Amino acid sequence: MKKSILIAAALSLMTWGSGAALATSEPVLIYDLGGKFDKSFNEAAYSGAERYRIETGNTYKDFEPTNEAQMEQALKRFARKGAPLVLAIGIAYQTPLEKVAPEFPDVHFTAVDANINLPNVQSVSFREDEGSYLVGMIAAMKSESGSIGFIGGMDIPLIRKFGAGYTQGARSVNPDIKIMENFVGATPTAWNDPIRGGELARSQFARGVDVIYSAAGPTGLGVIQAAKEAQQYAIGVDSNQNHIAPGTVLTSMVKRVDVVVYESMLAASDGTWAPGNAVRGLAEDGVDYAVDEHNAALITDEMTARVEEAKRMIIAGEITLGE
Amino acid sequence: MSDLFFTLLLLCDSALRLAAPLVLAALAGLYAERSGVVDIGLEGKMLGAAFAAAATAAVTGSPWLALLAGIMTSIGLALVHGFVAISQRGEQIVSGMAINIAVAGLAPTLANAWFHLNGQTPILEDGARFTSINLPFANALSDVPVLGPIYAEVISGHNLLTYLAVALVPLGAWGLFKTRFGLRLRAVGENPGAVDAAGISVHRLRYIAMTIAGILCGIAGTALSIGLSAGFVRDMTAGKGYLALAAVIFGRWYPVPTFLACLLFAFADALQGQLQGTPLPFVGEVPVQFIMMLPYIVTVVVLAGFVGKIDAPKASGIPFTRDR
Repeated sequence: MKKSILIAAALSLMTWGSGAALATSEPVLIYDLGGKFDKSFNEAAYSGAERYRIETGNTYKDFEPTNEAQMEQALKRFARKGAPLVLAIGIAYQTPLEKVAPEFPDVHFTAVDANINLPNVQSVSFREDEGSYLVGMIAAMKSESGSIGFIGGMDIPLIRKFGAGYTQGARSVNPDIKIMENFVGATPTAWNDPIRGGELARSQFARGVDVIYSAAGPTGLGVIQAAKEAQQYAIGVDSNQNHIAPGTVLTSMVKRVDVVVYESMLAASDGTWAPGNAVRGLAEDGVDYAVDEHNAALITDEMTARVEEAKRMIIAGEITLGE
Repeated sequence: MSDLFFTLLLLCDSALRLAAPLVLAALAGLYAERSGVVDIGLEGKMLGAAFAAAATAAVTGSPWLALLAGIMTSIGLALVHGFVAISQRGEQIVSGMAINIAVAGLAPTLANAWFHLNGQTPILEDGARFTSINLPFANALSDVPVLGPIYAEVISGHNLLTYLAVALVPLGAWGLFKTRFGLRLRAVGENPGAVDAAGISVHRLRYIAMTIAGILCGIAGTALSIGLSAGFVRDMTAGKGYLALAAVIFGRWYPVPTFLACLLFAFADALQGQLQGTPLPFVGEVPVQFIMMLPYIVTVVVLAGFVGKIDAPKASGIPFTRDR
């Protein structure tokens, strides 16, 4: 009896505590697993939110879940407090959002990477194949051996899409180019195995490949490391990874999650937020290739000109992807 | 012919690299089990060492300090397991699993708290790692037919810890079978009562075995994070600790056969990387999923089909109690 009273007291304290910590009129950003400063997906979302805060002077709340079970709880908790907009980052929110969003019809949700058809949800995904097409062109133009590689993480349709765009882009530059394709594994451990990633990269380099594009999360760090040791090139993914090994990372295929977060927060604050499904490709600044001070020396003006031309043609619909 | 030969050399080179942490972990498991302690926590010890080594290398820039940190961490975990399994006579599988699970959670959490890099450590510069060493004359001798390429491609160009792993196999065998300590260690795994009756402390011997296992797992983890790669990534051991245990069983608790088993597993692993996307004679290109099953098929076939009667150390997994 005494015990249950104690538990009840603790529970009420906990709910009271979390209630006090939350304000109600600010947009809320809920990250994917992995933490705010992951140098990738979440950090991009964070920088978009920061841009909103600095440019408008409005504040926002954010939350880092540490396991999947917290995702639904967090959505519910912030929705119940009457947050005007809740942004959920990552495909892992697909199921929790489908469940929570109908319960709170007055709350607006923005889902990045998930795809949900509900009147109060805006879902945004990316045309990874368009960005991959451009880095495929760069790889083919940089390759001297006429042979380039692709290393995917887990063998899932999303990653196949990266590979398909890359292949098509490379073929557009050199129809005879040889493309070697490897996958790290068939389970989620494939995202966290830089050793096998490096080993696959070494094996590709030994067979004549001189540029490798990896779409494999942290496993890609092993690919970059192997490229550095073999003095060949690697292409980064999701965020701008050019700084990891300047001179080795040829370019990066970036997903502009920051733009999505920024625009969605801005739209919510001036009342123009609208639900629906959006797919962001090159035309909407959703994906791009990265050039900065770390790789500027590797990309010639001629390469830039051809890639920019292809980008224009994709946006104009003169090149169609995925035949 | 020469193409096939070259491919084979690359496979062996890759297999040797992948085998190094496996060999070290398997030797650790072998010493632990020979002393009568079942050690399923190889995975956790390796992962802990990998994290400690990468974190130390990132902060100090010294691979040697990193190696020391890796070994100390691993010994610490080994002694925790030892305390549960030897002094407290606890359930050894549970304690080993507890170490695996605790480290799998703790290492990324600490990495996140210290480096803010999504549970990873920073990418290390070459000076903070054990980089590959080119053995003398590797280039000069590569023109010698057959032996030259073998020396240049397979033997040369590994990091220091890989060579250490290979050197520790005969050393481990000598220690176990040619020294008085080794005789006692084997006896304590078969019949601890007799060792105790001879006036030798069973607990002390088992603690020493756990310390040796800790040192070996420490080197294995360090090899993973600052030898084979350039930083710690969560769950980077990817089941190597369990594979090492399978190698110990396949090698019937003898060092050299265990070493060969590790090489076999590593070779299958290297082969699956090489075969992906390569058309095979008669069958054409094999689906990726099928090729990725290779290492596991080899493990299952080998363990189920070729090991035969498993003759584990008799007292393995049984805590020693003097009273009867």
